[in-house]
Amino acid sequence: MKRLISAASALLVLASACKFNSADNNKLPVYGNRTPVTKTVNGKTATDTVYQTIPDFKTVNQYGDSISSKSLDGSIYVADFFFTTCPSICPVMHRNMLNVYQAYKNDKDVKIISYTIDPKHDSVKVLKKYADKLGIAGNTWWLLQGKKEEIYKLSESYLVRKPEEDAKQLFIHDGYFILVDKQKRIRGTYDGTVPEQVDHLIADIKTLKAEPDQK
Amino acid sequence: MKLKVISALCLLLAVLIYSCQNDNDITFKRYYTTGKVIYTTQCENCHGADGQGLSALMPPLTDTAFLRKNKAALSCFVKYGLKDKILIVNKKAYDSDMPPTDLAPIEIAEVLTYTGNSFGNNQGLITSQQVEAELLKCK
Repeated sequence: MKRLISAASALLVLASACKFNSADNNKLPVYGNRTPVTKTVNGKTATDTVYQTIPDFKTVNQYGDSISSKSLDGSIYVADFFFTTCPSICPVMHRNMLNVYQAYKNDKDVKIISYTIDPKHDSVKVLKKYADKLGIAGNTWWLLQGKKEEIYKLSESYLVRKPEEDAKQLFIHDGYFILVDKQKRIRGTYDGTVPEQVDHLIADIKTLKAEPDQK
Repeated sequence: MKLKVISALCLLLAVLIYSCQNDNDITFKRYYTTGKVIYTTQCENCHGADGQGLSALMPPLTDTAFLRKNKAALSCFVKYGLKDKILIVNKKAYDSDMPPTDLAPIEIAEVLTYTGNSFGNNQGLITSQQVEAELLKCK
């Protein structure tokens, strides 16, 4: 009998642990560096955590409109790095990103931005043609052209591999999709070449939208 | 006794005929399997795991009539790629460039056997000899 009771209580503890975990899962983690900042306000010292955020950038989208990080104020967004003539992973990434687009194209709070890492070739005209062929319209998904050095530098803030050019002038980059919240903090990274991870991203956007400070 | 010998001979003959018939089958299967591996590494990123292509950017490989009509040119497409050409696939125009590959004729035959018999296509074995002959006629 004693054994039974202890077994039952052990089970109960386990069950409650599960429940606790699931409640915790309703909030996405915050990625990147964080720095504690101690301030003295009215004689009281308070320490706050400052999270890594995406810095300002200047680009143009496929319509020729200027897009800076200000254009994304009030939006949850997904970012990636690509180029239109990419023969390797980009078609896979954008085949998967189309699913994100289809899921959120009618949601004004969610945007997708794809920075080209080959701005010399990928002019506004080329990006527009690519967008048309990809089958995207409106202002949900922007394809962005900026200064190459600035975009490469910016990629570090998104915690992705800094693009490189190899001897054949091909651009080497990784295929990650980065989920950024309204405070411009990184809330998730997903391998854009793996459909299951992109499904996860689509679900995580929903979770993120439900957080109180994302309304 | 006589009956046993005759039946044994018959069985042997049957096995021989069966294995002969299957020679082509085995070649086909070998081409198809290797072709699938080549497809995964060389073609799938653009043309998709199910040959579905990508919107209007990358043509699908599901247009059986197109594959049949351009059978002789497919080897050239794979080997030398496509530049500044417009292809009509499934009644839609595709003008994206296709990069060349450095595949050997046997590998081209294998990958064409795979694509020609997947995604709803059923075009049988494409041999290395056929590919070699077609590569000589590339424009």
